Amino acid sequence: MPRVGWLRVPLIVTYAFLYLPIAVLVVMSFNASKTPFTWTGFSTRWYGELFSNELIREGFVNTMIVAIGATVLATILGTLLAIGVARYFRSSIVEAYSLAPAIIPDLALAIGLLALFGLLGVTLSLVSVLLSHVVFGMAFVAAVVIARLGQTDASLEEASRDLGAGAVTTFARITLPSLAPAIVAGALLVFTLSLDEFVVAYFTDGPNTPTLPIVIYSMVRFGVTPEINALAALLLLVSFTIVLSAQRITRLTDAV
Amino acid sequence: MTSLLRIDHVSKAYGSTQALDDVSIDIRPNEFFALLGPSGCGKTTLLRSIAGFEDPDAGSITVTDASGGQTDLLVLPPNRRPVNLMFQSYALFPHMNVRRNVAYGLEREGLSKDEIAARVDEVLATVGLADRAKARPAQLSGGQRQRVALARAIVKRPRLLLLDEPLSALDRKVRAEMQLELKRLQHEVGITFVVVTHDQEEAMSMADRIAVMHHGRVQQIDDPVTLYSRPANVFVADFIGSGTLIPGIAEGAGLSALGRVLPCHAPAPVAGPAVVMLRPESTHLTSIDDASRLLDGTVVETHFYGGSTITSVRVSGLQPPVVVRTAGAPRHSVGEQVGISWAPADAVLLAADDGTLAADPGAAV
Ligand SMILES: Nc1ncnc2c1ncn2[C@@H]1O[C@H](COP(=O)(O)OP(=O)(O)OP(=O)(O)O)[C@@H](O)[C@H]1O
Ligand SMILES: [Mg+2]
Repeated sequence: MPRVGWLRVPLIVTYAFLYLPIAVLVVMSFNASKTPFTWTGFSTRWYGELFSNELIREGFVNTMIVAIGATVLATILGTLLAIGVARYFRSSIVEAYSLAPAIIPDLALAIGLLALFGLLGVTLSLVSVLLSHVVFGMAFVAAVVIARLGQTDASLEEASRDLGAGAVTTFARITLPSLAPAIVAGALLVFTLSLDEFVVAYFTDGPNTPTLPIVIYSMVRFGVTPEINALAALLLLVSFTIVLSAQRITRLTDAV
Repeated sequence: MTSLLRIDHVSKAYGSTQALDDVSIDIRPNEFFALLGPSGCGKTTLLRSIAGFEDPDAGSITVTDASGGQTDLLVLPPNRRPVNLMFQSYALFPHMNVRRNVAYGLEREGLSKDEIAARVDEVLATVGLADRAKARPAQLSGGQRQRVALARAIVKRPRLLLLDEPLSALDRKVRAEMQLELKRLQHEVGITFVVVTHDQEEAMSMADRIAVMHHGRVQQIDDPVTLYSRPANVFVADFIGSGTLIPGIAEGAGLSALGRVLPCHAPAPVAGPAVVMLRPESTHLTSIDDASRLLDGTVVETHFYGGSTITSVRVSGLQPPVVVRTAGAPRHSVGEQVGISWAPADAVLLAADDGTLAADPGAAV
């Protein structure tokens, strides 16, 4: 293949635009200086301080509770929603509305949820954050699974019935395995989204159980500290790992 | 003769589309039965109704079981019906290898592991895929996939095997091989086959009997030879094989057309507007002054096919040319005046009442 050097220029510029801020963040997280914008030498000091910061540890635990809980619930409900919508309603309007929580503005969703919780007399706590994350997480899972259902051949399920399998066996042996990559990808998506979700959590969380993004927000209001850089770098690492593994899982199962 | 499967006055509509319109067919034990018809005539809908994936609006489908009793199929879910459907798309399970695909149906019957293994081995050997047992469907060629689908259906030893265009995805050569293989399998395993196809040569060469369908209605059910030489109506005459249709008015034992009365044979009494069907091989060319000639024309085209020649003759007053097949090399040149004749028994007179001929420009004359 002939090499057309100048064609790469836009690519390089775009990647630089995307990753320069991230690179700065990671580099500065190893900065020894206390002022965030001047480099004075390499140090892992801020990572150490991070782990001994009580507020951040608490926020991390809260976030994990929300993210794991929301992922499990949203994955189950989203998968069922997708199958119901794609196989039993076959209506593009029903389908579109099932995906709405994924695309309506976070702010609208957050205010709506807050109003609903108020109406129902639900005390705001980690549980209300978790349920709120399930709402949009479910829509994301459903979107991914519906796309997969569109690609899979409905006649597979019919073939299973034809060969003597009942509805339950067909679901367990044929439908679920063929959806597995999409379900896993959807779950990882929900987990990463929930991990750093701020707007909805800010509105629906109780005062004594801040999630990590809320903790970070209250810290940066008084200026960005190198500690925050270290925390952001760690979050980045987690997200990248998850995205890469999601990609691997989908690619692995699609290849065969 | 007792039938194995009885399809009795079955109708099915999708909205305003009448996919099946009062269909009645009896399928005999150990028969190779073909459903033939143009796209959209309801072939798939009929198979899916038998297999249990469509619910007919009216009519009944019953199967005669081994003890001679009648079982109503329509009340059973697909997994409880004694029939298997081989899907047009094969519908192989992508996450299972060949062996597991084939074993799937037997596992559902709760057979012992040993019996399942033995039967899977046997059927894989029958379809010639013993060495591909560990492969995933995605790693197989089109012909191999088709054989897996076939193996998966026949390993269940159903009374009745339904095949929806089983060969349509294959190229010519593999297709011819698979046609032979299907026939061989049918004799070997003694299963009754119902095969959907829109390839009439395939249906003619393989089937014991053929049902021709059009717009959800059965037009004729007969063995291939009868279907070809004694079509029941203009649609079947036009759809099956090639030939020439001459429109006119029925007059006694002939057809009044082109200013004369053409001799022909009427299998059923016909009056009023009618059509006579001439098959290329039962139509003969004569010299232009032969006394036995029935029509005069001019040769417009000759095509030599090795063993035989197709000659198209333009007859004035007739839109499409008359086609004549003769053995050997062309004996007439383009532009030559020739006579056309046929034995009255070979020309079939049919009523032109169902509007099918409206598509034929010759009908306007
Ligand atoms: N699920 C459906 N919803 C609406 N209409 C349908 C449906 N399935 C089939 N039809 C219509 O019913 C008619 C018969 O369809 P069917 O699939 O049985 O045709 P076919 O003879 O198998 O055609 P082909 O040779 O193209 O496969 C067609 O007009 C088709 O458009
Ligand atoms: Mg079809």
